[in-house]
Amino acid sequence: MSPRERVALSEPVGDEVCKTTCYMCACRCGINVHIKDGKIRYIEGNRDHPVNKGVLCAKGSAGIMQHYAPARLRAPLKRVGPRGSGEFQEISWDEALGIATEWLGEVRHRDPKKLAFFTGRDQSQSLTGFWAQQYGTPNYAAHGGFCSVNMAAAGIMTIGGAFWEFGAPDWDRTKLFVMFGVAEDHDSNPIKIGISKLKQRGARFVSVNPIRTGYSAVADNWIGIRPGTDGLLILSVVHELLKARKIDVDYLVRYSNAPWLVIDAPGTPEHGLFARDGEGRPLVWETVTERAVPTGTRGARAALSGRFELPDGRFAVPSFQLLAEKYLDPKYAPEAVAVESGVAAETIRGLAAEIARVAFEEEIFVDQPWTDVNGQRHQGYVGRPVSFHAMRGLSAHSNGFQTTRALHMLQVLIGAIDCPGGFRFEPPYPKPLTAHPTPHGRAEHFGSDKPLAGPHLGFPRGPEDLLVGEAGQPARIDKAFSWDAPIAAHGMMHMVIANAHAGDPYPIDVLFMYMANMAWNSSMNTAGTIKMLEDKDPATGEYRIPKIIYSDAYASEMVAYADLVLPDTTYLERYDCISLLDRPITEPDAVQDAIRWPVLEPDRDVRAFQSVLIDLGGRLKLPGFADGMGEPLYKDYADYLVRHERRPGIGPLAGFRGSQGDRAGRGAANAEQLQRYIDNGSFFSAHIPLEAQFFKHANQAYQDFAVRMGFFDMPQPVTFQLYQEVLQKFRLSAQGLRDPVAPDTHRQRILEAFDPLPDWYRPFGEALVDRSDYPHHAITQRPMAMYHSWGSMNAWLRQIHTKNPLYVPGPICDELGLKDGDWAWVISHHGRIKVEVARMEAVNTSTLWTWNAVGKRAGAWALDKDAPEAKKGFLMNHLIAELLPPREDGMRWSNSDPVTGQAAWYDLRVRIEKAGAGEAVSEPQFSPLVQPEPEPHPMELRYGQEWAR
Amino acid sequence: MTSLPSLPTPKKLGLVIDLDVCVGCHACVVNCKEWNTGGYGSALSDQDPYGAEASGAWLNRVHSFEVVPDGGEVVGEAGEARIVHFPKSCLHCEDAPCVTVCPTGASYKRADDGIVLVDEDMCIGCGLCAWACPYGAREMDLAAGVMKKCTLCIDRIYNETFEEADRQPACVRTCPANARHFGDLADPQSAVSVMVAERGGIDLMPEQGTRPVNKYLPPRARKPLAASANAMPREDTDGATGLFAWLDRMLDRI
Amino acid sequence: MHPALSIIAFTTLSGLGYGLAVMLGLGLLDPAAVATKIAWIAALAAIGGGLLSSTLHLGNPQRAWRAFSQWRSSWLSREGVMAVVTFVPLLMTAWACVIEGRQAVVPGLVGAVLSLCTVFCTAMIYASLKSVDAWHTRLTPACYLLFSLGGGAVAASFFAFCGGGNALWLPLVAIVALVGAWVVKRAWRQHLQATAPLSTPESATGLGAIGHVRLFERPHMTENYLTREMGFRIARKHAAKLWIIAMALGGVVPFVLFALLLAAGAQAGPGAALVAGLALASHVIGILAERWLFFAEARHAVMNYYGG
Ligand SMILES: Nc1nc2c(c(=O)[nH]1)N[C@H]1C(S)=C(S)[C@@H](COP(=O)(O)OP(=O)(O)OC[C@H]3O[C@@H](n4cnc5c(=O)[nH]c(N)nc54)[C@H](O)[C@@H]3O)O[C@H]1N2
Ligand SMILES: Nc1nc2c(c(=O)[nH]1)N[C@H]1C(S)=C(S)[C@@H](COP(=O)(O)OP(=O)(O)OC[C@H]3O[C@@H](n4cnc5c(=O)[nH]c(N)nc54)[C@H](O)[C@@H]3O)O[C@H]1N2
Ligand code: SF4
Ligand code: SF4
Ligand code: SF4
Ligand code: SF4
Ligand code: SF4
Ligand SMILES: [Mo]
Repeated sequence: MSPRERVALSEPVGDEVCKTTCYMCACRCGINVHIKDGKIRYIEGNRDHPVNKGVLCAKGSAGIMQHYAPARLRAPLKRVGPRGSGEFQEISWDEALGIATEWLGEVRHRDPKKLAFFTGRDQSQSLTGFWAQQYGTPNYAAHGGFCSVNMAAAGIMTIGGAFWEFGAPDWDRTKLFVMFGVAEDHDSNPIKIGISKLKQRGARFVSVNPIRTGYSAVADNWIGIRPGTDGLLILSVVHELLKARKIDVDYLVRYSNAPWLVIDAPGTPEHGLFARDGEGRPLVWETVTERAVPTGTRGARAALSGRFELPDGRFAVPSFQLLAEKYLDPKYAPEAVAVESGVAAETIRGLAAEIARVAFEEEIFVDQPWTDVNGQRHQGYVGRPVSFHAMRGLSAHSNGFQTTRALHMLQVLIGAIDCPGGFRFEPPYPKPLTAHPTPHGRAEHFGSDKPLAGPHLGFPRGPEDLLVGEAGQPARIDKAFSWDAPIAAHGMMHMVIANAHAGDPYPIDVLFMYMANMAWNSSMNTAGTIKMLEDKDPATGEYRIPKIIYSDAYASEMVAYADLVLPDTTYLERYDCISLLDRPITEPDAVQDAIRWPVLEPDRDVRAFQSVLIDLGGRLKLPGFADGMGEPLYKDYADYLVRHERRPGIGPLAGFRGSQGDRAGRGAANAEQLQRYIDNGSFFSAHIPLEAQFFKHANQAYQDFAVRMGFFDMPQPVTFQLYQEVLQKFRLSAQGLRDPVAPDTHRQRILEAFDPLPDWYRPFGEALVDRSDYPHHAITQRPMAMYHSWGSMNAWLRQIHTKNPLYVPGPICDELGLKDGDWAWVISHHGRIKVEVARMEAVNTSTLWTWNAVGKRAGAWALDKDAPEAKKGFLMNHLIAELLPPREDGMRWSNSDPVTGQAAWYDLRVRIEKAGAGEAVSEPQFSPLVQPEPEPHPMELRYGQEWAR
Repeated sequence: MTSLPSLPTPKKLGLVIDLDVCVGCHACVVNCKEWNTGGYGSALSDQDPYGAEASGAWLNRVHSFEVVPDGGEVVGEAGEARIVHFPKSCLHCEDAPCVTVCPTGASYKRADDGIVLVDEDMCIGCGLCAWACPYGAREMDLAAGVMKKCTLCIDRIYNETFEEADRQPACVRTCPANARHFGDLADPQSAVSVMVAERGGIDLMPEQGTRPVNKYLPPRARKPLAASANAMPREDTDGATGLFAWLDRMLDRI
Repeated sequence: MHPALSIIAFTTLSGLGYGLAVMLGLGLLDPAAVATKIAWIAALAAIGGGLLSSTLHLGNPQRAWRAFSQWRSSWLSREGVMAVVTFVPLLMTAWACVIEGRQAVVPGLVGAVLSLCTVFCTAMIYASLKSVDAWHTRLTPACYLLFSLGGGAVAASFFAFCGGGNALWLPLVAIVALVGAWVVKRAWRQHLQATAPLSTPESATGLGAIGHVRLFERPHMTENYLTREMGFRIARKHAAKLWIIAMALGGVVPFVLFALLLAAGAQAGPGAALVAGLALASHVIGILAERWLFFAEARHAVMNYYGG
């Protein structure tokens, strides 16, 4: 017999295929889960899914091991030993929900701000935010503040949308793609698909990144910039473009506030604000009739330069004039920025020249007539095929807001926003700042047993919208929207534990967290954070943070610090909703949302957190969750998804609405909606008509589409805000010229950071330490095959990243005599860690780095205590303080961007010293955690052996 | 069987891997494991999966290399030192030494399509084929005591229960960067052969005389940005005033 | 390469056993002597033990019989077949000696030739592997054959000194074979040290055109089958030390001891047997060290992918 005949070539994969949405990360790809004998046989990408088009990353492919990981929690837990001891008692859900209801109900009645409810990696923010609002605490946010709020806020405040999940490069048409500071990003698979597409088309891909791995490894050009200096590089490119007149004047006049007149009246409360007419419309200078007219005046020919007298006698200049004068300054010349950024002047010039050449000489035209919001008809879409993308390499610095503003400005200057070949908005964006709410949380917004007056998060229009008390003191526990971080649009989760521990601005009673490993990788100063969680008030013997409720699905480090653990299901055992009200999965061409559904039944006593939250809402009789009689409104999350309406006809899911299931966006609830999603591969997609696909910010057809879909109730075109008036208002307050005036302590800082035109300053973490004492940068990157701390319980993924070395540039290795496998101390102003080193040449010579969140605490994640993750892996977080070194006046600011409160993870400066002979173990080490009743784990895995043929 | 097919196989099925776009994401690695651990032959076992020495059998692994230009100055930001991510699985060699060394006939190369396989029922787990393979493409499954290797997803590519589009190796179908291509390298007209011809596809370790079927496409040549530094038209008049005068002219045209 | 004990034991024991069988098959010992009978048993035990030990290394030893099928292409299969075939004349010759006290000439000669063939097959398993530069040379079978003969002669001499026969010729053969074996082995080692590796990280990745290639990150952080099997590395200074030990114990000591015995008149007797036994033991330990180095010093081409 020939062996060939023994091979079964045509076996079906499994018994059934369930199409749902991956959640091994936030990219939310479509997956086909093949089930065989009630177990997962295989997970593959769904070909028809708009996000991943069939591909699946390493994490997604390891879903089997995630789902069956021994680290899964098995039942609700009540802490019985001291915090951190891991001593828990399994309790029933009735008891768990009873305890939670009692704790939460009591606080809601007494003082709702004593609850801090913060959520991490979940994608249920439209539910959790709504719940928190109904509960009435001002202290709610998701993790955006430590993640990438700089990106989101700067994008929204400049162009009405951001790279961060609300837009994408036009992968199919772009001819030059420049990427700043991205290792992986949320759009994991789409970026890989896109980069490959454009490279295979012969387009040029430039990566600006201190480290040349991953995407940067395949870039045609790598600019190994020194961390924190991208703003200079971008502004230098702007300088070059202005000098060479390579800007799209037509585009600027049409779509940006370049012609808007800025009042030039130093010393007055209006200085630097836009001149407006009686109806508040900004004015431009009409050059033919030589008078100021409101923007949008038909036939007006607006000036971009000059100094004009307004009817009221004040003078004003077009904002573009201020912009041009600022960036033509020789301090932005390539030679001038080369030293600070480490990028050769020739390279900067070459980059600028390529941007100019491709934008203006390789212009593309899409033959599709369209009409703009001013009623003007256009023959087609003119494309400037230069696109950009950026993420945390820019945003995780304390100058990240301004740097990201600069990058958005650059795109506007060359006319490359939402045009063919450029950066394209993804619905429901663009959205002007004015369409976002202002934040709520001031004392008058909440009170005993009542909902918060409005949404927690939003954008202040000026200091008057800050959430501060009479004396300027912060209203929120994280101090978001206070003078410390006025535009903290996503909150500041990284400050919650530290502030709550310090009782600054006030102590809290209950800390309620969901899907965030705050006792480990998502905190700065991890060791300190652990102490804060363990710390008791000697007077009362109570923990300083008295009660902690936490929902996790796995035995993470944070679980050990909770008093009450609400065990969640895995992503294959529950409903989830990727909603347009939250972080959408839309594409530039289509409006999309998606669900997850239970393709497997839990075999443990766990419940989906969203259903638990809805249950708690009912028990607490929160409006929106209980009816007038106090009866719960929803059975569970699935019920809520179908029946909840945020505005009439608008619910969590946009697809298959209406009694027939044929309405998109707005429509009556449809009892069959979830089944329709499941039948459709768990997603919904509505194509945007071609005449609405580009220039969405000013495209009438798109605006009408958006209204139809229910994004807005009336058209909301966006004028790009190169000059940001909101920032100027803060400066006027800091100058004492405008009410409310900024506290003295904050004035200097605001004056320096709130330039209404994009600006660069040295990141605080670098500026405030002695640079010769700490000569190097230390940063982290996302490994593509791991999602934060999630991957270590996964038997397959952890083999790829079982530990993390510190990568050290060759020249530093030579100087210190470091070889691969040696151990070294890395020291910051805040702490020291001992790590194993590995040499690398393809890296900025002043930059040390490691993979993020691979290091684990011994005993966590159901790993053996001597797992390399704990013994050899390490966290950079021990070196990063949540507070900056004290200034001369003794003030310690949060280690965050002064505008948005974004955690400045990548400002870190360090020095490195070779470690003496000693144990080959990373430091610091912590006492091993005791697992709350871990599942016994096998010494050998033979997954699928029963199917072996 | 253990002797190689006497004639060149009519088809040479294999992979073409594009090093110019592989971002080193390990998707192909994990998806391969996932597909194969419940598929052809015994499961791909993992030893000490949650402990200190976790390791397992994988049929495809991605290595990362650093390439430093010879003689070039090694300066992170200025030099051309670069990382190349490098996936590697069985190359289905035409002169497969792993096959000829096999004492049992378990290792064989299929005469019609050239796929190199192990018949696990015949394998004694002597490991000699793994020694013979210069590429490290064979790994013993320690639980089953048999040799595992890339099957070119033979249970997918001929699988009649699959839609046509899915009849490709798991690693190819899953690769987000489209860096992996599957096809018949004996057919000069096939997409993979054309790609190899156009991009100068190469053999790994040709000196080993194994004549691998799989080909690698080397990274494309790159043109430095600095080469464009002088392409930008120089300023015609100086400073802001010159710019504003130009702007006025531009505005007139609109 | 990983110096697996089972394989080291196998090659050492079977080499020695076959070498001794050659000496016995050639009739160099007195078939009537008790010592010769014991020698036969020892030779067969060494061969059998070696072969058994080699199956310890298998993942599925119960299927070992399948290894006889591919003698047309596989040296391992050939070795298996030869081992079995060789057993026939060896058993016949051993029977004649042990039971009947006579030398079976024809089976003895056939057995001797087949024994050498078997050793050659074993050596060719290694020598045929192009992936291991150190092994891929004709010197490898030469070494194996010479060590087998040398070891066989040393063992046979021991049995001669135990009263198994002429104690002059065998030690002389042993001395000559040992000298020959170590001379060739030295050449083998020089080949190992001097020849540039056939494959390099540059050729392994095809990236040599861009520059110098160095492993940056392993595909998986922990050790795997390949790195355990092929990634064994021994520090140069340890290798040098071991090499001296191997040569001293495996060559110099037996050489000197036999030279002394010869000088002392080459007479059998308890004292001489003790000295010859010492020589044999020393030789075996030396060869174990030599075998250990044979693996430990050999670098596999796959390590070009693993930075080894
Ligand atoms: N040094 C350094 N630190 C950083 C960063 C950095 O770049 N460098 N990045 C920062 C950024 S941007 C972020 S977003 C944070 C991320 O940090 P975290 O938000 O803490 O993210 P994870 O580590 O993924 O942990 C989230 C928790 O979710 C749990 N979990 C997983 N699946 C489920 C589930 O289905 N249900 C529930 N209820 N829980 C689940 C996990 O077990 C884990 O405990 O890290 C920050 N920390
Ligand atoms: N596989 C995987 N995917 C993920 C995650 C994960 O943990 N794993 N996490 C998700 C989350 S929460 C987030 S926030 C996103 C983040 O996605 P990314 O923004 O890609 O996150 P980082 O890994 O922090 O990458 C930042 C990059 O910026 C570079 N960098 C650092 N400082 C500078 C600088 O000053 N200038 C420039 N130009 N570059 C700099 C770093 O070298 C690194 O390559 O990824 C998401 N996707
Ligand atoms: S990128 Fe990977 S992990 Fe994230 S959703 Fe997609 S397949 Fe899943
Ligand atoms: S790559 Fe290795 S295992 Fe595959 S055919 Fe070639 S020699 Fe054999
Ligand atoms: S391990 Fe199996 S396939 Fe490999 S040579 Fe031995 S018997 Fe043949
Ligand atoms: S072809 Fe199949 S078996 Fe081979 S590497 Fe790809 S996925 Fe793995
Ligand atoms: S999946 Fe594709 S891009 Fe990722 S490592 Fe494999 S070949 Fe490279
Ligand atoms: Mo994040």
